[in-house]
Amino acid sequence: MGRIVLDRDVCKGCYLCIKACPKALLKKSSKPNNHGFFPAEFTDDKNECIGCAQCAMNCPDAAIREVYR
Amino acid sequence: METLVYKRPESLLKAEKGGGFTFCPGCGHGVILRTIAELLDEFNIQKDTIAIASVGCSVFMERFLDLDVAGASHGRSTCVATGIKRCKPNNFVLTYQGDGDAATIGFNETIHTACRGEHITTIMINNTNFGMTGGQASATTMLGQVTTTTPYGRKAEETGYPLHAAEIVAQCEGTAYSARVAVSDTKNIRALKKTIKKAFEVQLKGLGYGFVEVLAGCPTNWHMTPTEAVEQIENVIKTVHPLGVFKDITEKESV
Amino acid sequence: MAKELVKGNIAIARAAINAGCQCYFGYPITPQSEIGEYMGAHLPQMGRVFVTAESELASINMVIGAGTTGAKAMTSSSSCGIALMQEALSAMCIAEVPGVIVSVMRGGPGLGNIAPSQGDYFQALKGGGNGDYKLIVLSPSTVQEAIDLTYRAFYLALKYRNPVMLLAEGMLGQMMEPAEFGEYPYKDPDVTQWALGCSHNREARNLVSLYMPEGALEAKINKIFEKYELITKNETTYEEYMLDDAKLVLTAFGTVGRIAKAAVNKAREVGMKVGLFRPVTLFPFPDKELHEVAKNTDLILDLELNKGQMLSDVRSAVFGACPVEFYGRSGGGLLSPDDIFAKIQELYEKIDNKKAAGVV
Repeated sequence: MGRIVLDRDVCKGCYLCIKACPKALLKKSSKPNNHGFFPAEFTDDKNECIGCAQCAMNCPDAAIREVYR
Repeated sequence: METLVYKRPESLLKAEKGGGFTFCPGCGHGVILRTIAELLDEFNIQKDTIAIASVGCSVFMERFLDLDVAGASHGRSTCVATGIKRCKPNNFVLTYQGDGDAATIGFNETIHTACRGEHITTIMINNTNFGMTGGQASATTMLGQVTTTTPYGRKAEETGYPLHAAEIVAQCEGTAYSARVAVSDTKNIRALKKTIKKAFEVQLKGLGYGFVEVLAGCPTNWHMTPTEAVEQIENVIKTVHPLGVFKDITEKESV
Repeated sequence: MAKELVKGNIAIARAAINAGCQCYFGYPITPQSEIGEYMGAHLPQMGRVFVTAESELASINMVIGAGTTGAKAMTSSSSCGIALMQEALSAMCIAEVPGVIVSVMRGGPGLGNIAPSQGDYFQALKGGGNGDYKLIVLSPSTVQEAIDLTYRAFYLALKYRNPVMLLAEGMLGQMMEPAEFGEYPYKDPDVTQWALGCSHNREARNLVSLYMPEGALEAKINKIFEKYELITKNETTYEEYMLDDAKLVLTAFGTVGRIAKAAVNKAREVGMKVGLFRPVTLFPFPDKELHEVAKNTDLILDLELNKGQMLSDVRSAVFGACPVEFYGRSGGGLLSPDDIFAKIQELYEKIDNKKAAGVV
């Protein structure tokens, strides 16, 4: 079981994290952030996140601040 | 109990205070700067590092990394770095340049720095165009690639062939390490960190010049989505600018 | 220390070493290659830095790197080599990076020739680089003065955090004459408040020439121009010779100044009231001082080994206080004391005739 901390106002909506997540736990948010981007959003209702940090590694904006396992 | 497995590096604090990177969405610079910041933290050399900000989007490094920074004019970063390193041999000296800078206007300086075997590290971001000025063709632009100055695709008979920087730098005797990596997927980003780490180590051990060329996406000027841009690196650019380690004198030692 | 016979280029190199020059970066070009040769033979032995760069572009950018660490750094070149350095000189001024540049002028434009010239007054003073900036420019007329001004160049570069150019003519670089190497007479300013290095006990710093936020560049330019005013106030230097009763005043810089002095002596021998005003600092140019001279004389004759470059500064200083004539040679041609004397005779007659006719 893992989780991530995502800084939604730093995210620019490139969605490379969505491509990287092996569990498909990231998706495009329906609400824009302060800069008008629709950021990525992390939802893990079934506790599927394995804390692999691939999302953080692929994020060009270091918007994924922390990853826990 | 949960454990922290990843944390945004301390050396990026300046970027965080400033509200994050100001690069275009999906730009490869962010991953590379974050990787550099992670390594500065891991080696604990942030306070001993002097970085050279070059011309192009790479100049923004100065805003995001909390380091002593000297500016350099177009293509002259490795000269400024030479002057600094010769006067401050105990500082870690890093140049952060683009392909328009290190491989086009400043390739002469790059080559001579390599031949002198200066104890500095160059990270060259290759996005196969002049990103900041709006996507004109650079020395590394691929044949057939459409840019604003090659609107019908780069033709060899008009503008020649792409320059392969990491391979040429590897030919210089003063080079300790030269490699090409890519910011395209998790596997390559892991390799990116390993490679930059090696290039840092050759400087820290005083072995010679370290050069890392990083293929990075420029979705804005390529007119692609960030996802298409990383696919372009994987499927097209890698076939022209192949990934690999072209020189590593530490390998030779261990054999 | 006793006087010794020494060649101009060697004198400059030795003076730089005495001044504590920690590193030299250069690329050979006639007529100043002896400076690099001397540095190459001596600096490494002293544990200091010597690098033969791949070009003048590279040399001056290495000077920038060394300068950002607060080191005393130097390069030397000649006309077409200095031309290649211009982008970096402009960047150094706005980033406030110190450095010493020795420019030993040869004939131009283009590759020109390797004869002495003063064709690079504009290059040094009016800039080939972009934007609002000024180099401090020192102009020696003798080998002794080349030594003294080399010392001063290193001091001023650090004191004002600005590039300083020692502007000499090819003949000064190549001539031998007796000179004395005194001790470096200055106390160097503290660089630890701005120089790059280890940032353990302070905030990180940057020394860049890019100022993107609105108003930032203008504010920085205003700051360096306030500094230029201070430099003008504190550092303006010139030589006056036989000016008290002079009806005709020669203006000349560098080695032409000493040739002109010989002509003044010759004129005085035959009773003509001729004097000489020689700027030693070309920036800061002795504007006010020359204007005062102009108010008390009938005519100024500007002498240069070019088509009249300092002439524009002379005219702007004189500002109509008296007429200004020009006499010069270009492309490597020289002025002899006899040439100048003949010109003095011609002009002196005119002054007398005009006086008689009540024109002046």
